[in-house]
Amino acid sequence: MADAKGIVEIRIHGRGGQGAKSASQLIVEAAMDQGKQVQAFPEYGPERSGAPMVTYARISDKRITTYEPVLRPDIVMVIDPTLLEQVDVTNGMTGKSILIVNTNKKAAEIRNEAGFAGKTYAVDATGISIRKIGRNLPNTPMLGALIKVTGVISLESLIEKVEKMFLHKIGKEKTQANIDAIKEAYEKVA
Amino acid sequence: MSGLEKKCKKKMVPLTGNYAIAAAMRQINPDVVAAYPITPQSAIVEQFARFVANGIVDTEMVRVESEHSAMSACIGASLSGARAMTATCSAGLALMWEMLGVASGLRCPIVMPVANRALSAPINIHCDHSDSMGARDFGWVQIYSESAQEAYENVFLALKLAEHPDVQLPVMVCEDGFITSHCVQNVELHDDAVMKRFVGERKPEHSLLDLKNPITVGAIELQDYFFETKRQQEEAMGHALKAYLKVGADLSRVTGSKYPYFDSYGLEGAEAVIVTMSSAAGTTKAVVDRLRHDGKKVGLLKLRLFRPFPYEQVRDALRKAKCVGVLERSFSFGAYAPLFSEVRNSLYEAGKKPKLQSYVFGLGGRDLLESDVEEAFKELLAGKTTGGMEYKGLR
Amino acid sequence: MMAAKFPSKEQLKRKCGWREIPAAGIITRAASALDHKTGSWRAFRPVIDEKKCIQCAFCAAYCPDNAVRFVKGKRTPINLDYCKGCGICAQTCPVKAITMVEEAKFG
Repeated sequence: MADAKGIVEIRIHGRGGQGAKSASQLIVEAAMDQGKQVQAFPEYGPERSGAPMVTYARISDKRITTYEPVLRPDIVMVIDPTLLEQVDVTNGMTGKSILIVNTNKKAAEIRNEAGFAGKTYAVDATGISIRKIGRNLPNTPMLGALIKVTGVISLESLIEKVEKMFLHKIGKEKTQANIDAIKEAYEKVA
Repeated sequence: MSGLEKKCKKKMVPLTGNYAIAAAMRQINPDVVAAYPITPQSAIVEQFARFVANGIVDTEMVRVESEHSAMSACIGASLSGARAMTATCSAGLALMWEMLGVASGLRCPIVMPVANRALSAPINIHCDHSDSMGARDFGWVQIYSESAQEAYENVFLALKLAEHPDVQLPVMVCEDGFITSHCVQNVELHDDAVMKRFVGERKPEHSLLDLKNPITVGAIELQDYFFETKRQQEEAMGHALKAYLKVGADLSRVTGSKYPYFDSYGLEGAEAVIVTMSSAAGTTKAVVDRLRHDGKKVGLLKLRLFRPFPYEQVRDALRKAKCVGVLERSFSFGAYAPLFSEVRNSLYEAGKKPKLQSYVFGLGGRDLLESDVEEAFKELLAGKTTGGMEYKGLR
Repeated sequence: MMAAKFPSKEQLKRKCGWREIPAAGIITRAASALDHKTGSWRAFRPVIDEKKCIQCAFCAAYCPDNAVRFVKGKRTPINLDYCKGCGICAQTCPVKAITMVEEAKFG
């Protein structure tokens, strides 16, 4: 969905330990496999488990030189719904930006809560991950939702990447569970 | 991260600056690595230790108890004819201080990646250049890297420059802590076999292990010879300036990248020029692109080689500009900031000089925003200089 | 930088310029210290009472300049080219066989 800028800029809000950093890395690595130029970096603060944190990703057809944090995100992904009350997740978003939130509420409710007028999507990534993976690991299903609504990469590319990265670390069964979770989030995001 | 543990052919991989440097070290396969972990350098050595543990390299890894010991071990190894490497930053570099001078004074071609980080106090783990700038007069060659790709390739450049027969000096390869060291980017790794051929074998002129030609190293020199030995060291830095281009040309044939003293980005016909180093140059490039697109005559001089400093070349590149701003990430308390000092020095002999402005930014990892750079360009285009130090991103 | 071993006997007699010396202050001619006749520093000369000497080799072990050695179980005479008169041998001798005598007395 590279727009006039020729670059997609993503900001992910999560809490320390929820895998926001891994999610940003996974998405750019999958994009890089498709020949894209990429960047993924967290905003490093004092790293504490559970503390709000932000991570950035850029995906571009051209070389990326800037090291500025993502200030005007095309996509904002919120991995933890409780962050909506604590952090201004819509900061820097424009009318064209897309907001994706892990929540069991409807997108319209989230729009009101976040005070955001642009495109908003909701997906119960926590519910999906508990059902499919057996633990609250919402970051991978969130990526399924992300690629569905933005098309930054194809579902096949993401699954391929997940297989490559997860298989030797967590084994076949758990990798498949993650893939199932991604697929369900891909289908259910609305 | 994928693709790291295996031997590799030329390929594009997603790597952080630290992992890119570790990949270079894997391809170099140094005889000795002695290092102590410190944020944000740690991932370099952790990853390299993995290579050692997995038998991918046959390096003797020395797990020392401090950076002072790390450098001491590297010096001993280097004097015995080995290829020795370490990596550090900030407080670790500061703890090495004494041995940095020994390494250069004993002409040890040690290569040391530095993930630039602020010096305490107050304690801070984020990027600025006060660590390596503090060490700028220790007789080490210093190369600064904008990206993970540059950091990776600069390690090879550093190695061959350090070991060049006319040079024989230690080299620091600097990357910005966290900003570059922890940012996942596209990195094109070059073919293992090609890089192995490029680095070849170290051929020391003297070695402590050469029993047929025994030598004494580290003998005392007082008023009688110390001055002469130091004069030689200065001569070697002069040689390094020439050898840098020669080694760079050799490496260029392998990698396809260029290794000038500095990158000229939109310098042709530029009225307002920013001089900077490392990741800030990347951010500045994005601003130059935008402003050039809007018809503004702006350009960037991205310095790669800080020691030895290419005075003449910098002078020639800047003399035609109307206004030059030097953006840098460190103070030299009570004096002009380090990079500004050198740029100012280089222009002393230019007939017609541009106006100059010193900007300090980003201490302790404060973000450099494109708007900061744009603001600086606007001031420079308007010929606005204050004669003192100005700041970007300071409240 | 230089193939010839440094410092040659000739180079020892003068102060060399920076272009002439090996890098890093290294010394490439092994045993060139032999050309430094430290005996010229001596103000007191060790004199050994052969009758008292028990051939214990302490003096040889402690001499910082190898001016007295132990060869085939026997102490050598003191090499006055290198003995700088430090007196360590006299101090360590367990039977007080060594006396430090003012150099001037030897004319």
